[in-house]
Amino acid sequence: MNLRENRSGESLYFYLTGELDEHSVATVREKADRLIDENAGLSRAIFNLAGVKFMDSTGIGFLMGRYKKLKKYGMEMYLENPNANADKILALSGVYSLVPKI
Amino acid sequence: MNEMQLKIKACSENELFARNTVAAFALPLNPSLAQLSDIKTAVSEAVTNCIVHGYAGGEGWITVACRIEGEKFVITVSDEGKGIADLQEALTPFYTSLPGQERSGMGFTIMQTFMTTFSVDSVPGKGTTVTMSKDFGEKAESDAG
Repeated sequence: MNLRENRSGESLYFYLTGELDEHSVATVREKADRLIDENAGLSRAIFNLAGVKFMDSTGIGFLMGRYKKLKKYGMEMYLENPNANADKILALSGVYSLVPKI
Repeated sequence: MNEMQLKIKACSENELFARNTVAAFALPLNPSLAQLSDIKTAVSEAVTNCIVHGYAGGEGWITVACRIEGEKFVITVSDEGKGIADLQEALTPFYTSLPGQERSGMGFTIMQTFMTTFSVDSVPGKGTTVTMSKDFGEKAESDAG
């Protein structure tokens, strides 16, 4: 699991690649939180999931954890380009009602 | 009827191995990508439960058994961990026994939704077995969903 970021105007983009499960989540969680802290003044964070080949409910926990952290900073969160597998889990879990897909 | 059994240590490195091995064993059923993805996700949820809840991060063994019965693919995932005291509660969507750990509480719900049949058998202090199956007879429908 890899995490790359890019800042563009008021938006902080996260590009996740690989398989997101209980084993791989720890490293990206730490990195994402550090980047959110460093960019706390921005308006929004966008998680691009195009490179996520596999995700289970650990991914839901990870995304909701980042949502709560961003909310504390007054930042909005959005999701972009989930594959069919991720989309099914995200829809089932109701994540999109808090974190819209754009 | 073909069968296989996989015995793995309860460590999170083995989640990827378990789900990919089960998916590979299902290949003779000529699954669609969506069906394979459903199976991998359900196995990942079940194995994660054994590691995180059954053994609570401690040592132990997990057995993943699969069999192909005609067009039906049956998977059981078992541990000899602490078991589940209140199954009803555990099966409730969004319920998690570990609220401080960013857990979604959606593991069992995902297994139930992604597989055709699902059941869980647990004895506190003895362990937990999840049995689930997927019917490969209705491929077109699964692909549409």
